[in-house]
Amino acid sequence: LISIMAADKVKEIKGAKNGGKRTIPAEKAGRFYPAEDVPQPKVSRKSPKVAAARKTITPGTVLILLAGRFRGKRVVFLKQLDSGLLLVTGPYKVNGVPLRRVNQAYVIATSTKLDISNVKVDAKFNDAYFSKSVKADKKEFLEGEQAKKAALPETKVADQKAIDKDIIAAAAKDPMFTAYLKAPFGLSKGQFPHAMKF
Amino acid sequence: GTPQKWWDPIAFDSINLAHQVQTSFFSDLAMVQGSFKRQVEVGRVVLLNDSQKLAVIVDIVDHKRALVEGPTTGVARQAIAYQNLILTNLVVKGLPRNAGQATLKKFLEKSNVLSAWEKSAWAQKLQQRQIRAGLTDFDRFKLNKLKNQRRFIVGSTIAQAKKQAA
Repeated sequence: LISIMAADKVKEIKGAKNGGKRTIPAEKAGRFYPAEDVPQPKVSRKSPKVAAARKTITPGTVLILLAGRFRGKRVVFLKQLDSGLLLVTGPYKVNGVPLRRVNQAYVIATSTKLDISNVKVDAKFNDAYFSKSVKADKKEFLEGEQAKKAALPETKVADQKAIDKDIIAAAAKDPMFTAYLKAPFGLSKGQFPHAMKF
Repeated sequence: GTPQKWWDPIAFDSINLAHQVQTSFFSDLAMVQGSFKRQVEVGRVVLLNDSQKLAVIVDIVDHKRALVEGPTTGVARQAIAYQNLILTNLVVKGLPRNAGQATLKKFLEKSNVLSAWEKSAWAQKLQQRQIRAGLTDFDRFKLNKLKNQRRFIVGSTIAQAKKQAA
């Protein structure tokens, strides 16, 4: 493949009998050629689509997280982000789960729904809000310093409190709901998830 | 009378025969076949295994099948193998053999078997099983919490009573 981007260099060569100019290709030809033609893989015409949230997952649904740091926790679903991940919150005060993205494949959707129609989930909570800063981590590692955990920025703490305020208020309407969100989920003897109704 | 020793073949026959001769002379209803209290007969209320619905035996097809129908319980008139049903202790008395749906309905209402069924422990157990299977995650949580509260109250009052007695 000849690169269209880089231009071939033209070098001036000293000496009368050396041809004067020489073109240096931008990309050198390889030293090795295969003995026979290598079959080229076909170009895929498929493009992955973002998975739609299951019908049982609607804003306000209580989800049970099955994997990750917060496995077993019952959290409140807020909205689905553009990447397909679900935005959930504990609320933080109740069970320690912050505003977080979660994959719906690792989640059980219960039939319990909280009425959060009056809760406005700001548009600023998108995938970019949750993306990690890669460069800062790499630098620290190379310098060999103790990886100090940077304190959560004040804005994130404020965001968490703002979202959770209305959700906790809505949960307080039912006396056992907050306790329900607080309690972790677990299977006991004789309980089989495929035979249980959630 | 004296309880029949169904396990003792010698004793059983003589007692049973004597008892049968005695009772059949006086009873006007169907013969009791020894220790078999529930008989396959016209009018017998049965519970279908798969659908867990009640039906009434309307006619007997052969040694393996009966014709059943449950107009008020949603069981279509059909021949069904005894293997797929279980006899209850309820009978719709006086039901004529091979009665039609309307007649069956009339007899059902008159006999009140369905309300008697609902009151029975068997029916209530089935109902309880259904409820438990349909509990949601939140329901199970609430149930557990309430059970714990009850256990605590009972336990603490017992402990109190023990303390006072001692």
